[in-house]
Amino acid sequence: MSADGPALLELSGVTRQFGGLRAVSNVDLSIARGEVIGLIGPNGAGKTTLVNVITGVHRASSGTVRFDGTDITRLKPYQAARRGIARTFQIVQPFPEMTVAENVAAAAMFAGAAAYGSEANAQALEHLRFVGLADIAHSRAASLTLAMRKRLELAKGLAMRPKLLLLDEVNAGLNATEVDHALHLIRAIAARGITVLIIEHLMKVVLSICTRVVVLHHGELIATGDTKSIVKDPRVVAAYLGRRYGAADSALRGVPNG
Amino acid sequence: MRREALVAATLFALVGLFPLVGEAYWLRLGTTMLMYGVLAMSWNFIGGMAGYPSFAVAAFFGLGAYSGAVAQKFGAPAGLAWCIAAASALVFATLLGLALLRLRGHYFAIASLVVADVLRELVNSATDLTGGGMGLNLPVPAMSSIDAQAAFFFYAMLALATITFAATLLAARSKLGFGLRCIQQNESAADMLGVDTTLYKVCAFALSAVFVGAAGAIYASWVHYIEPPDVFDVLYSVKAIVMVLLGGAGSLFGPLLGAAVFLSLEELVWRKFIDVHTGVLGLLIVLLVMFLPKGLLSLSQRLPWAGKRP
Repeated sequence: MSADGPALLELSGVTRQFGGLRAVSNVDLSIARGEVIGLIGPNGAGKTTLVNVITGVHRASSGTVRFDGTDITRLKPYQAARRGIARTFQIVQPFPEMTVAENVAAAAMFAGAAAYGSEANAQALEHLRFVGLADIAHSRAASLTLAMRKRLELAKGLAMRPKLLLLDEVNAGLNATEVDHALHLIRAIAARGITVLIIEHLMKVVLSICTRVVVLHHGELIATGDTKSIVKDPRVVAAYLGRRYGAADSALRGVPNG
Repeated sequence: MRREALVAATLFALVGLFPLVGEAYWLRLGTTMLMYGVLAMSWNFIGGMAGYPSFAVAAFFGLGAYSGAVAQKFGAPAGLAWCIAAASALVFATLLGLALLRLRGHYFAIASLVVADVLRELVNSATDLTGGGMGLNLPVPAMSSIDAQAAFFFYAMLALATITFAATLLAARSKLGFGLRCIQQNESAADMLGVDTTLYKVCAFALSAVFVGAAGAIYASWVHYIEPPDVFDVLYSVKAIVMVLLGGAGSLFGPLLGAAVFLSLEELVWRKFIDVHTGVLGLLIVLLVMFLPKGLLSLSQRLPWAGKRP
């Protein structure tokens, strides 16, 4: 999982203003192909807004977003999706009255360019098998538990055949076993060569799978670096981690090399 | 898809036998039912499949009626006039959709409600072309008998209903219908998954207009005389919505079932409550929303012998 090669995603001077509030302020960030990058920061730091700017939900007030060699600053979400940017939502968003399989088939069809009908359905089943939901492929999406919905989000994301997968708190609300399963899945996704950006509050997750960490605070990118140096960075400790993580450095002990 | 097409073909063929047995009253009722069916199936594209509560049916109906009538005034034969009406409704809805479909939910509903009023005032003031408030007379088709005329318009409406149903079936069983269902359930999520929501919504809106425009023109030819308050009547919009909700929104046969049941109610019950018939309509809507939100078709799934949904 090296960070070599030309950048897949490149943000330069990205700012997003809501009235008088600068939710994201002058962010420069370059993500290389194959990276698994963690985006951390306190609540309200602008993490989700940054993802929204990348995916076209919000347009950058200034600055540019380049993806895979082209300027995508002004693209709409569906266009970004078709170019290979998939995301999962912090608050999961299935199509409730459709079956689990139909949900994934929709992703395969509209972003992944699978043909309507058997091709899309076959792809959907394949992705559902991967995340472990094949048994309930024909249940209504509304009937799933939270943990299952999060996995459904992952399957949808994969069905879009993304180059970049943005995971917005995909582990929030899950218990320890479920988090372990999700971690396993994310590793498997990264192993397929998909670049992953994870917004995450659980440091355990960040430390165990990310190759690099980016820290947002008040909309500004205050630090970026590998996981080991970031947890010692005094600004990060002050803004987000608190003394427990930084000073003791205990979090790193016993954590497998990410 | 083949099974549904077969069921529909049988149904329409049976309805086609109607003029052989029916007298003038039944034929008129049959023509009205088919017209209602067209309005309901059309609204189903935007209201049922895409989940956008459009009140623009009356606007498209009136626009079609006047486009066809004016074309006939300038000497176009009836068939050509109906096609012109369909085309003008299609173009109008496409342009209107590009503007209105930026709005969601109630805002879209209100905006679409106003369109019929605007068009009615335009028609009212364009006296030279449309006769304004005086209305417009259409040529009476040269046919041997009143019965032959009645049968002609019945078959014209039957053909239009068949085409509308075929379009519904094709849309529902394709990427377009699938995308519209995604939009209906969660538009932002659909956008994120790569659905070009604006394009899909405009397509649904245009489909909800084209057949209604033709129906308006056939109606105008049928009754020989139209005036603005008649063809731009907001009740056309309301009835279309009630019929779809009655039958089952978003389903294939729901709108047709709703149209048949609604017209029966209109004929049988309302004649007895002539003074309070709008009240009865209101009561029907309230009861529908409260007790049968998915329409009459959903009842069939509660029956013990009901199979899996197609």
